[in-house]
Amino acid sequence: MKAPDFRYTRPVTMAEALALLGDEENEASPLAGGQSLVPMMNFRMAQPEILVDLGALKELRGIENADGGLRIGAMTRYAELAASKLVSERAPLVAMALPHIAHAAIRNRGTIGGSVALADPAAEMPAVLQALDARIELVSASGTRTVPASEFFLGMYETALEEGELVAAILLGPVAAERRFGFHELARRHGDYAMAGVTASATARPDGTFVDWRIAHFSVADCAVRATGAEAALEGAKPTDAEALEAAKEALSEIDFSADLNASAKTKRHLAGVVMTRALEGM
Amino acid sequence: MQETRTITLTVNGETISEAVPNRLNLIDFLRGTLGLTGSHVGCEHGVCGACTLEVDGAMVRGCLIFAVQADGSQITTIEGLAEDGRSAALREAFIQRNALQCGYCTPGMLASALEYVESGGAADRSAIREHISGNYCRCTGYQAVVEAVCDVIEGRVST
Amino acid sequence: MSGPLTIFDKPNSYIGRTVPRADARRLLQGRGKFVDDIQLPRMLHAAFVRSDVAHGKIISINTATAKTMPGVKAVFTGTDFVDVVEPYIGVLSHLAGLRSAPQMPIATDVARWQGEPVAMVIASTRAIAEDAAELVEVEIEPLDAATNMELALEPETPVIHKDLGSNLAWERVVEAGDTEAAFARNDVTTVERRFRFGRHTGVTLEARAAVADYDPSEETLTFSYSGQAPHMMQFIFAKHLGLLEENVRVVSQDVGGSFGIKIHTYGDEIATAAASKLLGRPIKFVADRMESFLTDIHARDHLVDGKIAVREDGKIVALAFDDVTGIGPYSMYPRTSAIEANQVLNLTGAPYRIENYRAQSKVVFQNKNLMCQYRAVGHPIAMAIADGLLEDAAAEIGMDPVEMRRRNLIPDDAYPTTSFSGMKFDDLSHHRTLDRLVAAVGYDARRQEHAKLREQGIYRGLGLVSMVEVTNPSPMFYGVGGAPIASQDGATVRLDAGGGVHVSSSVTEQGQGTNAILAQIVAGVFGVPIERVKVTTGDTRTTPYGGGTWASRGAGIGGEAALQAAYALKEQVLDVASVILQSSADKLDIDAGDVVDAGTKTERISLSDLARTVYYRGNELPSDLKPELVATRHYRVTDFPFVFTNGAMAAEIELDVETGFVKVLNFWAVEDCGRVINPQLVDEQVRGGVVQGIGGALYEECLYSEDGQFLNATMADYLVPMAFEMPDIHVEHVETPTKTSVLGAKGAGEAGTGGAPAAVMNAVNDVLRHMGTSIHQMPMTPERVLKALGKV
Repeated sequence: MKAPDFRYTRPVTMAEALALLGDEENEASPLAGGQSLVPMMNFRMAQPEILVDLGALKELRGIENADGGLRIGAMTRYAELAASKLVSERAPLVAMALPHIAHAAIRNRGTIGGSVALADPAAEMPAVLQALDARIELVSASGTRTVPASEFFLGMYETALEEGELVAAILLGPVAAERRFGFHELARRHGDYAMAGVTASATARPDGTFVDWRIAHFSVADCAVRATGAEAALEGAKPTDAEALEAAKEALSEIDFSADLNASAKTKRHLAGVVMTRALEGM
Repeated sequence: MQETRTITLTVNGETISEAVPNRLNLIDFLRGTLGLTGSHVGCEHGVCGACTLEVDGAMVRGCLIFAVQADGSQITTIEGLAEDGRSAALREAFIQRNALQCGYCTPGMLASALEYVESGGAADRSAIREHISGNYCRCTGYQAVVEAVCDVIEGRVST
Repeated sequence: MSGPLTIFDKPNSYIGRTVPRADARRLLQGRGKFVDDIQLPRMLHAAFVRSDVAHGKIISINTATAKTMPGVKAVFTGTDFVDVVEPYIGVLSHLAGLRSAPQMPIATDVARWQGEPVAMVIASTRAIAEDAAELVEVEIEPLDAATNMELALEPETPVIHKDLGSNLAWERVVEAGDTEAAFARNDVTTVERRFRFGRHTGVTLEARAAVADYDPSEETLTFSYSGQAPHMMQFIFAKHLGLLEENVRVVSQDVGGSFGIKIHTYGDEIATAAASKLLGRPIKFVADRMESFLTDIHARDHLVDGKIAVREDGKIVALAFDDVTGIGPYSMYPRTSAIEANQVLNLTGAPYRIENYRAQSKVVFQNKNLMCQYRAVGHPIAMAIADGLLEDAAAEIGMDPVEMRRRNLIPDDAYPTTSFSGMKFDDLSHHRTLDRLVAAVGYDARRQEHAKLREQGIYRGLGLVSMVEVTNPSPMFYGVGGAPIASQDGATVRLDAGGGVHVSSSVTEQGQGTNAILAQIVAGVFGVPIERVKVTTGDTRTTPYGGGTWASRGAGIGGEAALQAAYALKEQVLDVASVILQSSADKLDIDAGDVVDAGTKTERISLSDLARTVYYRGNELPSDLKPELVATRHYRVTDFPFVFTNGAMAAEIELDVETGFVKVLNFWAVEDCGRVINPQLVDEQVRGGVVQGIGGALYEECLYSEDGQFLNATMADYLVPMAFEMPDIHVEHVETPTKTSVLGAKGAGEAGTGGAPAAVMNAVNDVLRHMGTSIHQMPMTPERVLKALGKV
């Protein structure tokens, strides 16, 4: 199981990288942490002509303060996120999800931008970013644009990325002190892709009720998906309010559940409700 | 026909310069080109952990990095971990607990266990199990590995 | 106890002690010697083109483009091997009626499972071989596939081998007493269950690997492989490649796990040897993970309809079941694919006294990968049927399952005895192991705790199993049926000039610690520090002839041969010493590397002095003394077809009723494997085996689509047990040495895998029973549990 042959480049400037990726003559693929792409190449399911290794691009690395929020470079590794005090303070939901992403050795190499660009339906980050109202900064030879996370993930391995475009950074807004977060996933083995998972955020009011819900499920459909019906059902309710919760679970039927090897769509539907309940219990 | 590139890297303290095919992954480079056969290949898709080794201070999967990406890196394999003494206490604990049977997962398991110990991990069985949860062992059932890691952390092993 | 001290009572004996394994040290420093570590001059690499359909007629294979690729040495198809390889058929005469078809390493006309080799590329690197394999143009016309074993014998299902007339490979009925009458009695409660056991595979971390090196100048083949039975493979290569048996050398050094996977005749390995013969160059083939899933033998995959009849007093009156199992398109050569079904027939209910027993098994062909013997062959099925039915019946009549076992287990003082299925038993201890288990579990208190927790919505369950394990097989297992599989093993023990001892044994090491226990036995029996014993295994050129390591026979058979050889060498050494020391052999002993006075233990001559005298200064010895400092002994089990190990196990689980997730909280195993040579090694065998059994119970399954496509052939999708989910496992021993040998050791390698699934299933059902449901399908996945609970 050996990767097919390819040309390899390791540009040291963004311009160089973007020129390579934008050149329509080549079937170029960006290489971030490689923890998903390289296995696919070893299986020969991915056969890029040129690998553009982003490893030398300092612009794509690092976790910075950005207007009270965070700017996380696409090439930032999960292990770096886990070690970052900024992340645990300003993006606790990211920190909650990290231990569930594969295993230590994968997190030492895998990057947040790689996960976002791949848009695996079972990955945690696409859902986390939707629950955080994150924006994705995209860059190409023709410039930079940002796309809200809720408009970025379009389907199975399908994103708003256009030809020649690269995920440059993840932008997270400032977090209010009253903002609460929930995360729960059910993986058959620790570190596996989940059978079902959910991320949630909401603002707690002094009376114990929560508003402005963001709930996103992963590993239940073609891509990480906002549960807007559930959000509406919970608006103004306490997370433990049985009636609201029941309505929220009912509203999950808006999701187009899809089966995988571990669960039928029906089972996904059931588990989506269970993980949501459990995530909310922790908020 | 195979595209190659010359890389220079440090392996177990030794500086090495080699022309390698672009598509050669790091584990095959170490095993096949350099003859460092101590690290093993188990699945070639990053799941089993047999090829776990140290690149620039972090334990990573040797099958998910192309050798060309490791240009300029510092690499330590199971052989290096033995030579520089870093793994001495764990090795002794693995022997005392029989935390290996066939020995095929061992280089990767030892690397993951070492990362846990060196990062100041506690003698918490569940946390240890979580940390080594990416290293498949078909022989031991894992308990002996957990015991060995606890022995080292709690200072029950002398070397 | 009175009487003379035996070797086992000696205070400094290594036997019965935890002694660290010598092999561990080098494996921990990256100095193992696995097959893929071998690099030979001019070595080439093999990759295979494999059928992508489960059943298809090969229309054409065009290798022209592939052959022109730089770096490619040759491309072979099945027809290239027709004159090189004699076809093989996986049948044995003692499995009466077993049928299979001739098999070639690479399909010639029809491909019969997805993954069957259809072409082979030999190139300078594996990567280039894979590149070229992509360029081999294979046209296969898909045929209807017979994949569902339940329908294999139905008229609408295609017959895989026309010459055989049907997809039936083998069937057997075992009958004792009158089950029909027993089930018809009006004083019995009958419980019926349908059990499904998923297809598993071994997932050895080191995949199958081989380096074949044919030397045309001497017509010799050296075949280094990751395997368990070098001498068996020597015969197979000689016979099927047309070589003299003595010209075939099979070497098996470090093996990265085997579990029965690496003891069969695989087409890709035979083709590798054949290609080396054709090209006269060394060729390496290392299966990649996808190839492992598609072609390493699978196992289990049984559908069983079983029933049990019990009286109100808990006495089992009758047990009956019908079993069907699909084995792929061929019976595996040379061990056959009927053994698992046969074990199920022989072993189900074997710990119990049951007068009326009827068991039937149908073994059928199908277009999936081949099935054959994998760790604990048949045991997980047999134990789950009997103890699953037993615990369900106990609940039905309102009796505690431990009490029910006590009323049915064969009494510990009843041996020797014969089971209803004809198995000869001796030296078993079902009641003692169960008593120890109950104590270890804290049985009553734990049951009470579970009842309390249940009221709080925490659902914990306890499940038990009483079991037997087939170990130390005699010639009645394979040899009787014509298989080239030795049931005897040999050991040669040699005193070297430096005073060290060299042991050469025909059993092999795959991590169990075979080398270590051989050293312990020889050091203990002969009388040298264990550091002075070096062991060689896994080489047909340098070891005595024997069977290798499988069926938990390494310690019991290989160990006994080593023990006998060590005794013989000791006698020889003391004869020489008595001459040198002008004493008599019975006044001398060997201790810690010296010949000593038997009474006072004072040193008379060191072993190295003695050996050097013999080897270098023979002039000092009387001319009529013909000293031999090497002894070989062979051993086989003669009184019994097998020597059975027994044990009792328990699992404690917690069930998440919302998600269907089962967490094994605790596991206890009490084993009686006779004399324990190294307690730590046995404990670790049991632990590893239990975890493999938990894998079968909860995680592992080869999933196929209806048209025979393997759906989860990656390690991300085929779920093996990993560290985080596994429990700590408490192991205890009862020691009832077998009387069939001096050593008294029985096997211990398979008990955990054989017993754990039943215990875990019973524990899950202990919870589900309170909810009015149950599950008898393995693996018990979250989705299946949710279905049982009616939640999805």
